[in-house]
Amino acid sequence: MIGGIDIVTLIAALMAASTPVLLAATGELVAEKAGVLNLGVEGMMIVGAVAGFAMAVTTGSPVLGFAGGALAGALLACLFALLTQVFLSNQTATGLALTLFGLGLSALVGKGFEGVRPPPTGKMPFGPLADLPVIGPILFGHDWMVYVSLALVAGVWAFLKYARLGLILRAVGENHDAAHALGYRVIALRCAALAFGGALAGLGGAYLSLVRVPQWTEGMTAGAGWIALAIVVFASWRAERVLIGAYMFGGITALQLQLQAAGYAIPVHFLTMAPYVITVLVLVILSATHRHGAPAAPAALGRSFHASS
Amino acid sequence: MITLVKRPMPSRFWSFTTPVLAVIATMIAGGVLFAILGKDPVAAIKVIFYDPLFGPNAAYFRGQLLVKAGPLILIAAGLAVGFRAGIWNIGAEGQYIIGALAGASVALAAFPAESHWLFPAMVVAGALGGWIWGMIPAVLRVLFGTSEILVSLMLVYVAQSFLAWAAFGPLKNPEGYGFPGSRNLQQYPSAHNPELIAGTGMHWGVVAAFVAVIATYVLMSRHIAGFRIRVAGEAPRAARFAGVLPAKLVMFCLGLSGALAGLAGMFEVAGPSGQITDSFNAGYGFTAIIVAFLGRLNAIGILLAGLLMALTYIGGDMAQLMLGLPTAAIQVFQGMLLFFLLGFDLLTQYRLRVGKGSK
Repeated sequence: MIGGIDIVTLIAALMAASTPVLLAATGELVAEKAGVLNLGVEGMMIVGAVAGFAMAVTTGSPVLGFAGGALAGALLACLFALLTQVFLSNQTATGLALTLFGLGLSALVGKGFEGVRPPPTGKMPFGPLADLPVIGPILFGHDWMVYVSLALVAGVWAFLKYARLGLILRAVGENHDAAHALGYRVIALRCAALAFGGALAGLGGAYLSLVRVPQWTEGMTAGAGWIALAIVVFASWRAERVLIGAYMFGGITALQLQLQAAGYAIPVHFLTMAPYVITVLVLVILSATHRHGAPAAPAALGRSFHASS
Repeated sequence: MITLVKRPMPSRFWSFTTPVLAVIATMIAGGVLFAILGKDPVAAIKVIFYDPLFGPNAAYFRGQLLVKAGPLILIAAGLAVGFRAGIWNIGAEGQYIIGALAGASVALAAFPAESHWLFPAMVVAGALGGWIWGMIPAVLRVLFGTSEILVSLMLVYVAQSFLAWAAFGPLKNPEGYGFPGSRNLQQYPSAHNPELIAGTGMHWGVVAAFVAVIATYVLMSRHIAGFRIRVAGEAPRAARFAGVLPAKLVMFCLGLSGALAGLAGMFEVAGPSGQITDSFNAGYGFTAIIVAFLGRLNAIGILLAGLLMALTYIGGDMAQLMLGLPTAAIQVFQGMLLFFLLGFDLLTQYRLRVGKGSK
């Protein structure tokens, strides 16, 4: 206990608090590595949140709920892929459109699900391990989705680093013309990367509505998708750093909530501001230090690919 | 097989036609959506697009049109200038909130003194508040190269928390019987932004919107600064060779759009909305992004797009009352419009060739 804050509880809470952004940021990382900037993460997350929630409530199964959330996120990402990859629309504008559309769509679908409780998501059965002091609640006391998210990060890391397809994906993101000349299918690969990113964003959203909160409220992502985008920048487009970034962010959120609960004389509104202000500060520090270093962003990020040009 | 051939110049014909096509496509897709929701699609489209203008109670709704269109146009006019230069201010909602807070704070500080100078002072404060909030991402981008997209968006959430704090704290009405929210500026003559011509919905914010449309039109098509903004957006390298300073451009675009969004917020809080509450902002800052694109980032286009978007708000409210259509359906409708617009934009930039394209 330091200043009314229980450190073990804080670290355990941090992992759950980070999972939505961790999932969304990992998905966005893959899309951006393929050279596509999808600013619609927030929209995909919230649609994933509502779809996952609706699915879990109607079927009574959180597993199906998460699957539904991922599917909804992926579908929305496919819409983005259709517009940006086939119709060659501006990626920034289309991403914004996706967010605005997703916020509206989720509000529409979610109307009938307000005030409902979702089926509980089970904890991972670690048996006696969970009863260990300190380590137990931190490492072995979470629901299974937390471990899935960690496995996904590790999978993405290994895929980008060691898999042949991962290498091709990175090539497409660095120089789509060269990749095209080598015979790789730029558009198809980008669409796949986007769909994967959308699925993870949807999964992150579903985690919010099924585990974190757990209920459906309009606009419940509250900028988590945008923070996921910021974390990808913070991570310099590297999977292992996405994990660090997301857990740092989750730590701030969890700490902020604990400070509120501990009854510190800081107005609540300033505490809720904190994660956003700190995200900005971290972006500033990072941009300032990276100014003269090697550019970390994929070189073709945000550029449309058209074969005849 | 259909192939795409890039046009050497964007087609003028299609750049006028695509917004119309997008609106028609949205009406069709929206009709399908309304049908899925179990409403008669034709009736819903009529209630949204026709009745507010020509229906039985049209006289009232036509006034509302300007009330809703005013802030949208004012914000979008500023945003479009930045979008043209490839500077993405998507935090207009935050600048709108801060502008409203700044304007209202001036009024509430002066309460209950009456003076002709109060309203102009509020206008200045509103613009300044929005400008400051817009300059934060600008300065950070210039000094550190931070993404203005992310920073301006994060600042929306900061502004929202700040608004909630102000509405429950320092700006709370001391005679409000414990209810959250500030004094109502509509009951404070010096600070009130009244309807200028009864029944039209015309208030100073709408006047400002028209001025902004004219000013940005002149800026973009008749002034060297507008030329530089366009070059910077279309050919950044060429712009640098032509001596355009990116730093100045970023500050100008974000400052301008911030100030205009701040003004919009201030006019809204002093007029139609009347008081600061923790949720008085209605998302105009985000809808204005759609307006800017629908208007093809062109001042005159934005004027028309703002009116159309205002119509969907009013029509949406009517459809909610008469058909029980959920409010969120209109949000989906507006989002779809932007999708169709971006999709159809292909026709402006590329030529479709049916058959074997010559590579």
